[in-house]
Amino acid sequence: MDVRSRNHVRVSGRPGGPVVMLAHGFGCDQNLWRLVVPALEREFTVVLFDHVGAGRSDLSAWSEDRYSSMDGYVDDVLEICRELDLGPVTFVGHSVSATMGVLAAARHPEYFAGLVLLAPSPCFIDDPAAGYRGGFSAEDIEELLQSLDANYLGWSGAMAPVIMGNPDRPELGQELTNSFCATDPDIARVFARVTFLSDNRTDLEQVTVPTLVAQCSSDAIAPPEVGAFVHARIRGSRLITLNATGHCPQLSAPEETAQAIAAFAGRLR
Amino acid sequence: MMCRTDGDQDSGPDPEEPPDDAQAFSALLEDSIEDLYENAPCGYLSTSLDGQIAKVNTTLLNWLGYKRTDLVGRRKFCDLLTVGGRLYHETHFAPLLRMQGEISGIALELEAADGSRLPVLVTSTVKTDSDGQPLLIRTTIFDARDRRAYEHELLRTRQEAERERERLQQLATTLQKTLLPPALENVPGLDVAAYYHIASIDEVGGDFYDLFPLAAGTWGLFLGDVCGKGAEAAAVTSLARYTLRAAAVYDPDPTAVLSNLNTVLNHEYNGTDPRFCTVIFGLLTPDGDQGGFRITLASGGHPPALLLRADGTADYLPTPGGQLIGVLPDADIATITFRLDPGDTLFLHTDGLTEAHTAAIGGERYGDEALLDFVRALAPATAQGAITTVRDLLDTFGTGVDDDTAVLAVHVPRADREEQQ
Repeated sequence: MDVRSRNHVRVSGRPGGPVVMLAHGFGCDQNLWRLVVPALEREFTVVLFDHVGAGRSDLSAWSEDRYSSMDGYVDDVLEICRELDLGPVTFVGHSVSATMGVLAAARHPEYFAGLVLLAPSPCFIDDPAAGYRGGFSAEDIEELLQSLDANYLGWSGAMAPVIMGNPDRPELGQELTNSFCATDPDIARVFARVTFLSDNRTDLEQVTVPTLVAQCSSDAIAPPEVGAFVHARIRGSRLITLNATGHCPQLSAPEETAQAIAAFAGRLR
Repeated sequence: MMCRTDGDQDSGPDPEEPPDDAQAFSALLEDSIEDLYENAPCGYLSTSLDGQIAKVNTTLLNWLGYKRTDLVGRRKFCDLLTVGGRLYHETHFAPLLRMQGEISGIALELEAADGSRLPVLVTSTVKTDSDGQPLLIRTTIFDARDRRAYEHELLRTRQEAERERERLQQLATTLQKTLLPPALENVPGLDVAAYYHIASIDEVGGDFYDLFPLAAGTWGLFLGDVCGKGAEAAAVTSLARYTLRAAAVYDPDPTAVLSNLNTVLNHEYNGTDPRFCTVIFGLLTPDGDQGGFRITLASGGHPPALLLRADGTADYLPTPGGQLIGVLPDADIATITFRLDPGDTLFLHTDGLTEAHTAAIGGERYGDEALLDFVRALAPATAQGAITTVRDLLDTFGTGVDDDTAVLAVHVPRADREEQQ
């Protein structure tokens, strides 16, 4: 298995510079980082990749067995680190990928110079018994899955053959409306469950590498108390609140986001 | 199109130009852009880039039961969505809109003031200033209640169809198994093997074979192909199988066996729905001390069998003139009698093999000549060796095998059984 093509790994930026690895979350692919990459490339070696099942990853490498838990994705992250062999990286994980970064760094701290957890949430579901508010109920997540279904009605008939049959011709996929982040609905459903139904709160304490928790000032998916929770559970972590609004600061405030990443990763040298 | 919303008469059309009738007609009917916006047959919503509602039309307010002051400057677009929709908005809708500058036809649900839900289709564009910097987001919202009900129905029927198909495939597979012997009988002094290639898991094919003991150390075998596919063909296959076995017990002469089958099929289906098959029936009688068999094959319109000899040669065993079984009241049956000596192999097949389309010769059918060449290269062979090699051949055809294929091989091992090693 060629890890680079499996995860559509792309390396750019300053050769020999400190390494920043950007991991996208549920709903899109590495395209999500395209507004912050130019700012980071001046100083850093930038590693981009797609989770298997997303973007231009090798869909034939996807199996429900491997990718229906966080572990499959974490294994991939570690395999990419090993394959590239660029030394310890600053791993920037957005949303669910922040949790993947936590798990990866807990297993192999030597691979990581530091973690940037961007709009993280270790658990989206409320846990009233523990006084934890993730913001959502299990029913809400079912409703999301219905939203996914409602918007993928036409997938299997029209889009799948075009995109899946021509992995070497991405321009075909891009001609389709709303297709930047097009995902096979069966795969999206499995990833949605991993993203929103996992509970990794206890894993936070295993992190020993320097960590920056960067939350947004107004995020409908990861409320401020969740960012504070993550910060409290990771010893020595720093918490910043970006002016950025929404759940995707790398799109709504790319400069601020790039600066926060660069300032943190630059100090780790 | 230029539109006037004020009463400034001076900015009217140049008096020297003749009045534009079409324009006048348009102005007469649709005289207020404000009204066109407020009471359009769709909802209008303008928000800042972070989703804060800046402007909303009356249509949408009426749909949702909100007052303008409830929303403008107070709520965000995603506040109007259901929680699941909000998750979808934040993970898909908003990022795509940022990246593409527009997004269209997204199915979401809005929550009205009274908690009821309105299925809608949402299209948004980002308005930019002259430098291309994004300024605000414009959104149109269409009532999609009927459409969503229709889509739910589509989704439900598709899921149901998928379940049905799975059930059907299971049924077809089970039925197929009942038409074939679970395992071939162990014949003393013979090495036998068979393979059934299923072309489609959606339909039961009509190929069949069997090998069974008859009186006094003799054995009967048959391999055939019923015309057609599906449940009706399966019924004929089943009838053909038990008729052949019963007829062989009654009178094992191969010609008599096939004649009896012909009579039964012809009587059974002489109406509007004729059913027929091609079949080879063989009677195997032990012959001599060397371990060979004397074999008589009778064929009713079936592709000829092949004989792979111990010396490495191979030929068809021609049975010309045999007619399809079940079509005519009296079908001509062709026979051939030969010896199967130690080291020889008898190979029977259905035409799924020779009719297969092969990529190697540009989608042409495989054909009788190619098969003969193939077994000539293969001979001599054990039964299992021949079947395995043909199975590999079928695999190379892939989807080119569009009909079911049955193959059966009967081999007399040499006394020293060297080749069995």
